[in-house]
Amino acid sequence: MNLRGARAIYTFELSRWFRTLTQSIMAPVISTSLYFVVFGSAIGSRMSSVDGVSYAAFIVPGLIMLSLLTESVSNASFGIHMPKWSGTIYELLSAPVSWWEAVAGYVGAAATKSVLLGLIMLATARIFVPYHIAHPAMMAAFLVLTAISFSLFGFIIGVWADGWERLQIVPTLIITPLTFLGGSFYSVAMLPPLWRHITLFNPVVYLVSGFRWSFYAHADVPVGLSLAATAGFMIACLIVVWRIFATGYKLKP
Amino acid sequence: MSKVAPPILSARGVAKTYASGVVALSPTDLEIRAGEIFALLGPNGAGKTTLISIICGLVNASAGTVTVGEFDNVRDWRAARGLIGLAPQEIATDAFESVWATVTFSRGLFGKPRDDAYLRRLLEDLSLWDKKSAKIMALSGGMKRRVMIAKALAHEPRILFLDEPTAGVDVELRRDMWALVRRLRDSGVTIILTTHYIEEAEEMADRVGVINKGRLILVEDKAVLMEKMGKRQLTIQLQAPLRALPDDLAGYRLELANEGHQLIYSFDAKGDETGIAGLMRGLHAAGLDFKDIQTSQNSLEDIFVGLVGVGA
Repeated sequence: MNLRGARAIYTFELSRWFRTLTQSIMAPVISTSLYFVVFGSAIGSRMSSVDGVSYAAFIVPGLIMLSLLTESVSNASFGIHMPKWSGTIYELLSAPVSWWEAVAGYVGAAATKSVLLGLIMLATARIFVPYHIAHPAMMAAFLVLTAISFSLFGFIIGVWADGWERLQIVPTLIITPLTFLGGSFYSVAMLPPLWRHITLFNPVVYLVSGFRWSFYAHADVPVGLSLAATAGFMIACLIVVWRIFATGYKLKP
Repeated sequence: MSKVAPPILSARGVAKTYASGVVALSPTDLEIRAGEIFALLGPNGAGKTTLISIICGLVNASAGTVTVGEFDNVRDWRAARGLIGLAPQEIATDAFESVWATVTFSRGLFGKPRDDAYLRRLLEDLSLWDKKSAKIMALSGGMKRRVMIAKALAHEPRILFLDEPTAGVDVELRRDMWALVRRLRDSGVTIILTTHYIEEAEEMADRVGVINKGRLILVEDKAVLMEKMGKRQLTIQLQAPLRALPDDLAGYRLELANEGHQLIYSFDAKGDETGIAGLMRGLHAAGLDFKDIQTSQNSLEDIFVGLVGVGA
């Protein structure tokens, strides 16, 4: 086992992030603040509470989930696409590093960034909204599990994409619509019946619902189902990543 | 050097056909001796990089096996890869990283414990120590290439692959690179380099493999190769130009060149009788005066062109 190899990738990836730490922190702090000023205070003050929670507080978990998904996918896809594009991937491929060691390094670093970002947003939200967290351990579990799952997904996209344009396609065309339609800003119960059924095919609904449950102990779908959906997605991504390395898809001719 | 020792690396029947159907490498056998400098010589697209990439694990072989040390590079891939360092043809580095960060990364990636003293010596040997904190993008092309070599050596491999180490490097830097490669060999590293500069193989290699169109045409000690295939030539600068060879000299392998101003005589330097003395007497008898004579040995270039074929 080459744990040193995995650690080398992990610290290398994180140090890239720390070099631009100010931007990395400022971006989510500013975007969270804007969301809360607009949706929380300006619009939210005119809206009735949802499921017994003020609208501003209601959108906290959804907003964090939204950023967590987007950041995880973009961090991880960038992390592996960059060496593929610049050619430095030769080193990874010629090193005594197994597929899961490489994944632990790249995906671990991407997920770490996302989790830290989520926590920063959580802290920022506190300035605007008094929220409470009913199940902190479950909240942390959802945060970490989602970060890992979507970093894995981002890793797959990063390997698959043949150029920077394609790298953007999946996040723009799939992730963003799914997150916006995934109940970040509304409760599924608020939708017309037909849409309520259609929306249940959106995996993000389960993530947002489970995450919100860990805050307010109220969910659109059973929390066990949320957890199972997230874990299922993670396992599916792991299998794909394992096959990528086993076959050398888009990595080894 | 030519003593028989177990090879440090051997490829057996290694072949590669890409998904597109292109046959990049026909079944190839190759053995590399510990401590030698082996030059893989061939024109662009001959299959040099494909062969190296298979050995280093960057490309899956379509057939054949590679043994590094005593390890199969597929079954015991971890152990096999640990013995190899690769400096690829394209300079690919993380432009924003410092030299020190990138070599420590390389060492860690190969699972070696941190050893700052070793890395310091390595960078000093490569004249990179005073640039250790510099960002790679701020370095010159020659320095970047040395950084690639430093990365390849960071985990103390026993075999170093240098894929076209002097491609696009000016003459002076090329000489520095050659000196560096010799120093590395003296430190005990086996070196396999690819090149399409014949001069480079001739200058540095102990043995030369010639590859063309995916086939390893020949593998030979450089000296033997030069001797075996090396003809010598005697060039005679004539005082006055000749229109045709005099009949007296018909028995010699002579050519007129440079519009009759030169006589070129080819001979086998290894033969007991080179025929030079007889030729001199013949020239005298024919009344031909000459102002200069010189002999030259065929270069590897001539041999190479002879093997690969002009314009092939």
